Amino acid sequence: MKFTLNIWRQKGPDEHGRFVSYEARDVSSGTSFLEMLDSVNQGLIAKGEEPVAFEQDCREGICGSCSLVINGIPHGPDRGITTCQLYMRRFPDGAVITIEPWRARAFPIIKDLVVDRRALDRIMQAGGYISVHTGGAVDGNVLLISKDQAETAMDAASCIGCGACVAACKNASPALFVGAKVSHLELLPQGKPERTNRVKAMLEAVDREGFGSCGNQNECEAVCPKRISVRFIAILNREYLRAGVVESGLPAEPESPHAEST
Amino acid sequence: MMTLDPKIPPGPLETKWDRRRFSEKLVSPNNKRKITVIVVGTGLAGASAASTLGQLGYQVECFCFQDSPRRAHSIAAQGGINAAKNYQDDGDSVARLFYDTIKGGDFRSREANVYRLAQVSAQIIDQCVALGVPFAREYGGQLANRSFGGVQVSRTFYCRGQTGQQLLLGAYSALCWQVERGQVTMHPRTEMLDLVTVDGKARGIVARDLVTGRLSIHTAHAVVLATGGYSNVYYLSTNASGSNVTATYRVWKQGAAFANPCFTQIHPTAIPPGGAHQAKLTLMSESLRNDGRLWVPTMRADHRCPGDIPDGERDYFLERRYPRFGNLVPRDLASRAVKAVCDESRGVGPGGQGVYLDFSDVIAQQGSDVIRERYGNLFDMYQRITGEDAYHAPMRIYPAPHYAMGGLWVDYNLMSTIPGLFVIGEANFADHGANRLGASSLMQGLADGYFILPYTIGHYLATAKLTPVGEDHQESRSAFQRVTSRISRLLSVKGRRTAASFHREVGQLLWNHCGMSRNEEGLTSALTSIPALREEFWRDVMVPGSGAAFNQELEYAGRVADYLEFAELLCHDALHREESCGAHFREEYQTDDGEPQRDDSRFSHVAAWEYREDTSPVLHKEPLAFEFVQPTTRSYQ
Repeated sequence: MKFTLNIWRQKGPDEHGRFVSYEARDVSSGTSFLEMLDSVNQGLIAKGEEPVAFEQDCREGICGSCSLVINGIPHGPDRGITTCQLYMRRFPDGAVITIEPWRARAFPIIKDLVVDRRALDRIMQAGGYISVHTGGAVDGNVLLISKDQAETAMDAASCIGCGACVAACKNASPALFVGAKVSHLELLPQGKPERTNRVKAMLEAVDREGFGSCGNQNECEAVCPKRISVRFIAILNREYLRAGVVESGLPAEPESPHAEST
Repeated sequence: MMTLDPKIPPGPLETKWDRRRFSEKLVSPNNKRKITVIVVGTGLAGASAASTLGQLGYQVECFCFQDSPRRAHSIAAQGGINAAKNYQDDGDSVARLFYDTIKGGDFRSREANVYRLAQVSAQIIDQCVALGVPFAREYGGQLANRSFGGVQVSRTFYCRGQTGQQLLLGAYSALCWQVERGQVTMHPRTEMLDLVTVDGKARGIVARDLVTGRLSIHTAHAVVLATGGYSNVYYLSTNASGSNVTATYRVWKQGAAFANPCFTQIHPTAIPPGGAHQAKLTLMSESLRNDGRLWVPTMRADHRCPGDIPDGERDYFLERRYPRFGNLVPRDLASRAVKAVCDESRGVGPGGQGVYLDFSDVIAQQGSDVIRERYGNLFDMYQRITGEDAYHAPMRIYPAPHYAMGGLWVDYNLMSTIPGLFVIGEANFADHGANRLGASSLMQGLADGYFILPYTIGHYLATAKLTPVGEDHQESRSAFQRVTSRISRLLSVKGRRTAASFHREVGQLLWNHCGMSRNEEGLTSALTSIPALREEFWRDVMVPGSGAAFNQELEYAGRVADYLEFAELLCHDALHREESCGAHFREEYQTDDGEPQRDDSRFSHVAAWEYREDTSPVLHKEPLAFEFVQPTTRSYQ
């Protein structure tokens, strides 16, 4: 198979970028998208030219490194996969393919197709954890967790932090990313004690990092390689509302025998 | 002269670790604030160690080459994590997990280390639950278990097929907390390229900022390496493409002993290689062997569709050879059995490199919904890569390099032969002997990071006499100089071949001569070919761009240069070990029916290699004493 690639090239964060056209020849249909780019790069290196910079690591859809907008869609045309899981048999022979980096103010371009996603780490550092010391944890079966609840928490926890949700959103909102983490921890008894502060701290970090707000258009869900549901954004909104109620001093859950300290 | 003192506490096995913890000196809380520890790598071992050291009050400088600590390759572990909880009441215990691991490692690991690993295993599960890891649960709300290869109890805890991801995200969230508290400073996209030693002690590292290309010196009171394994030396492996040997190899050159490098695990169930373009092999979790049956046609070169081959003309070779464990034999045996039937021209798929992993029986019994719930993501992955639907036709699988049991030599306190240099997780050699059992790597990484290193490093820091060392120290400058000159040398060759082409070539060489089976002739020839290839690399490699910028090709070429040296060490070790044990199968040492022959009289030792600049590496032996278990022929028949 043969393809024409229009690839975004940009030397550095402060440089102007532009599309450059490359030919990929003799590609077999069982080649992965990234292997196809590898072979284009091998050709460039052999000519002494700088290869196209792009991110990848595990190549099995779990590390969250790969991050390409392919023909306008983060991670390409198929649903529920990362770029590294996309195979060339998905494209017709002779196709013209446009490849761009994630585009968002909070993700500055480092080089070509590589962007800086540390903003997501900083959101996590603001509150995406349970503050528990190593050692002294109670037996894992002390707190029973129903199968359904554990499965739903797992659905949320399977986020790989790739940032496709941000790239797909016209507001560059990480609501799905934050919602997934807030929901994962809120759904488990271990995460409940810090839920009020967590949601507030994480959303404050979102604003600090220059991300936009959720417009409820669900484009994030459509491109999420782990098919994380937008109902976790609903949980995020509910948690945020609840945090406001708790902070106002009103009882958030009147049936709860234990008042929560904030 | 290098000495290997494993520092194993004397006395009964069950209380060794307790007694060691009590006899260790502690660092007072006030002094911890004044101590800096460098942790390199943020996988399960690195992230759990860095976060725990931060909680204890040390100042931690933590490095990873990925853009975020959450992307370390532990993330890709699929199947599960072992723990001697005995929740199933099926006869499990610390002693049994200990014995299974020692036996699984073919009696080439230290009893004391393995027992300690089994002891802390239960704590790991509790810790992870407390961190919010969403382990699979039963309907009653209790933690669920599954079985794994090489054992007869159900002790594996799991999060669907993404256990490594969830455990790593747990450790990463603990790390995030410590970053927020200011105890850990994270340096992502920063690669360690050399070690600073002062008065023979590890005191810092030289690292390259992968975005700007700037080199920097970081000094500390101790250095912890958690930089993973080296299976990528084979080029095609199940590892992430960034996984590399550079950190461990370069500290070897600074005096840390490298132990048992030839113990490399070839995982039986990966998707078979497709073509020359291929950059990695994709693992299909071992947990599939719980329900799938491995078979090949009885006839050679049988090209019929699998569905057209009647049961009587199928060879369920693992069930035939190992009736007691069947499809759940340990990885080394399964891989060699696959290779054996493929060598008999009974392999299936392109090039005859593959065997069937068939789920039709279990689907007929339990329905495809049950299988979808258990392994849905793996079946999906298989379909995407091969274009085939494993619910209707059997999968094809073939072995692939996967895990390194070998690594830097460490004593019972996880310290290498360089004082102050600690090595944890896959990067060390200690616990898995000659073969690792499934779901044990996650256990070991977290045991080292959460529960062992934080104690043992304290003793070192409390007792070592450490003078202040800064960036301007002579040793810091000379390590800096080593890195600078290597980078400029790489950039100055300006040859015609890409680093990847050399990597592929050395990987192929190792796969042929030092892969699933090895012999003297092949190893000797590899030891002649590797130096020649290395010489060609330094004459003809092409690294475009500059060192003072983001340059992925430069990063990669540096790693390939290290593989080209490390491959030789691997072959030296394989050549010296004139026995077959675990993953190391020497063709000269096998029984008439092809089972491995171990030689305890000559090789019941850890082979620890010392670097010499001008000659071949020098071998030191740490004898393995078995006081509590009797090494037996490892039989799964």
